[in-house]
Amino acid sequence: MANPKQSALVEEKFIGGHRACAGCGFPIFLKQVLGSTSDPIVVVSATGCLEVTSTIFPFSAWKTPFLHNAFENSAATCSGIEGAWQSLKKQGKYDKNVKFLALGGDGGTYDIGLQSLSGAMERRHDMMYVCYNNEAYMNTGVQRSGATQFGQHTTTSPAGKAVSGKTQGSKNLTEIMVAHDLPYVAQTTIGYWQDATKKFEKAWAITGPKFVNVYSPCVPGWGYHMSQTVKMSKMAVETNLWPLYEVENGVYTITFKNPVEKRKPVEEFLKLQVRFKHLMKGDDKSKAIIAQIQKTIDERYAHLELMEKATNPAAK
Amino acid sequence: MEKTIVARTGNEAMAEAMRQINPDVCAAYPITPATEIMQIFSSFVNDGLVNTNLITVESEHSAMSACVGSAAAGARTMTATSSQGLIYMHEILFIAASLRLPIVMADVNRAISGPINIHCDHSDTMAERDSGWIQIFSENSQEAYDNMIQAIRIAERKDVSLPAMVTTDGFIISHGMERLETYPDAEVKKFIGEYNPPYNVLNLEKPITVGSIVLTDYYLEHKKAQHEAMKNAKKAILDIGKEFGKVFGKEYGFFEEYKTSDADYVLVCLGSTAGTTKAAIEELRQEGIKCGLIKIRMFRPFPAEELAAALKKCKGIVVLDRSEAMNTQAGPVATEIKAALYDAGIAKPMHNYIYGLGGREIYIEDIKNVFRNISKDTKGSNEVKYLGLKEA
Ligand SMILES: Cc1ncc(C[n+]2csc(CCOP(=O)(O)OP(=O)(O)O)c2C)c(N)n1
Ligand code: SF4
Ligand SMILES: [Mg+2]
Repeated sequence: MANPKQSALVEEKFIGGHRACAGCGFPIFLKQVLGSTSDPIVVVSATGCLEVTSTIFPFSAWKTPFLHNAFENSAATCSGIEGAWQSLKKQGKYDKNVKFLALGGDGGTYDIGLQSLSGAMERRHDMMYVCYNNEAYMNTGVQRSGATQFGQHTTTSPAGKAVSGKTQGSKNLTEIMVAHDLPYVAQTTIGYWQDATKKFEKAWAITGPKFVNVYSPCVPGWGYHMSQTVKMSKMAVETNLWPLYEVENGVYTITFKNPVEKRKPVEEFLKLQVRFKHLMKGDDKSKAIIAQIQKTIDERYAHLELMEKATNPAAK
Repeated sequence: MEKTIVARTGNEAMAEAMRQINPDVCAAYPITPATEIMQIFSSFVNDGLVNTNLITVESEHSAMSACVGSAAAGARTMTATSSQGLIYMHEILFIAASLRLPIVMADVNRAISGPINIHCDHSDTMAERDSGWIQIFSENSQEAYDNMIQAIRIAERKDVSLPAMVTTDGFIISHGMERLETYPDAEVKKFIGEYNPPYNVLNLEKPITVGSIVLTDYYLEHKKAQHEAMKNAKKAILDIGKEFGKVFGKEYGFFEEYKTSDADYVLVCLGSTAGTTKAAIEELRQEGIKCGLIKIRMFRPFPAEELAAALKKCKGIVVLDRSEAMNTQAGPVATEIKAALYDAGIAKPMHNYIYGLGGREIYIEDIKNVFRNISKDTKGSNEVKYLGLKEA
């Protein structure tokens, strides 16, 4: 497994000069995913912060082939490249070993690109899809998405006088992807370097469709100091808001064991960020919202424990 | 060259052209009346008659998205669709053109919803007329077959490098059985040549970034380059149409003129209605009305100067539009023709009819009547009329 020192030695495919905010989460996971294989990678990205900050013409932060098509079709576009590769290889017109990576934000993945993703995975293309989840449409100015948390303030689910943030919970996309019977599905986050690189290495070694959901903090969208990105990532894991786990051919493994009696209360994570500030007034309404977030977290974690027990009794 | 004479529907003819073209990748999704093209082609794939990787996507949006990925990866790429499928691709059609990817599509013209309808009109193709795709219309199965083969060459020519759609009229051509002359596989293969992609994201020695965000400082230049490529497409279409004539015996241009040399009245239309018009012209000429036809083959780029020149001598013009622009002024074809005539300094009496929407039949008698009307009207009319409308 590549530690940060080792991956620093791999020639970088995504380089400096991009215009992501200082402290942005996605350049970190890009280093993790791109550095976890020595094979060449062709990258496709959906429209979103990652794409617009890395390809402002005539500049590019990509030292590996990169294609952006539109917002909702990263997976379908990547499936076309992979399909071309399969065809050209079979006909003897191309002989190189290449890996394919499709990227999308939570908006481009949970919402508008879900069909495209589902189709590409169902067709079993040999590609990895990585969603970088920052829990809102950041590129267009922090609007709510299917990944946005219950009660979270965004510009389209504002903390108002009558309604306090988003009135629905977050979609459990990772489980939707598990239901596609993929050889590999995982959740990880930028703050757990080894967890992330181990999963990416494992995924890259598998032929077929793979999906990894990466929790990726966003400085202005969440409202925290840029020095705190890794802490945000870790707190999401320690509170079980973002459990780390993987599912290999249906077999669940929780890679960061954090049973309910050990996990931190979610409030400790929420209180660090402006997007949940309106819930910190101590009034009954806010308390009820926090309790609801907590309830979902604990239910989802309990479900994971059950699934691990059922599919992987040897897991420790 | 030995030609094979067979009976084929338009869909079969287009699928046959695709078999001979043998693209590296095809990504498509079913929709009436184009479905059959991909069904036939799927059999070619599964019978091992082509090398194509058929990507059976979950929507037309993904079909065009996958085509963009595939073409950018250096693969010769084709698809087929119709109506809702074509307009569902809308967003990505513009991207394919701006990325200069020579994807070739069979588009079987069908009315757009709503109301939902499955029959022929040109509203789908016309809705995409500003997408940056080359658009070539066909009158019958033979033209559909010939146009598919030429479209590959036109789209892929280096100074063009643009996607192209070849259209047929839904059901009328797509499901109508006609005589078709096919050419030997080897001759078609030789004519289209090896694919040499404009760029390739699978080229690892020269990693490129495709689909960058291009802002105020370069967007205009980007579009101008596309504009120039469209101009080049005009030349390419003529060159390749001529070469096709030399090799296969039938030359193609921007439009076909039928009995226009001495015609007082010229009707302009697209697609299968040209056949009906030719029959009407024969009958009217017996009555002493000297009339002729211009059948536009290439709608994008639009042959404005050439059409104006061809319409210069006549006394009156009829334009038949098989789609609505809903501007209350003129249908899409008439709008273009009026602009072309204005630029050429030509003012002529003109009648514009919207007809055939949703597959409404058009008869020889209808066409004879529109010729009779223009022959009696020395002033023309700015009113858009509906042809074949039921009396209230
Ligand atoms: C079809 C379409 N609808 C809307 C947009 C506008 N748009 C561009 S990026 C974006 C949000 C991206 O959000 P996400 O996928 O979460 O990525 P992030 O910016 O948060 O990294 C939106 C709404 C678009 N480009 N295309
Ligand atoms: S807005 Fe958020 S996601 Fe976008 S570049 Fe800045 S930190 Fe990254
Ligand atoms: Mg986002």
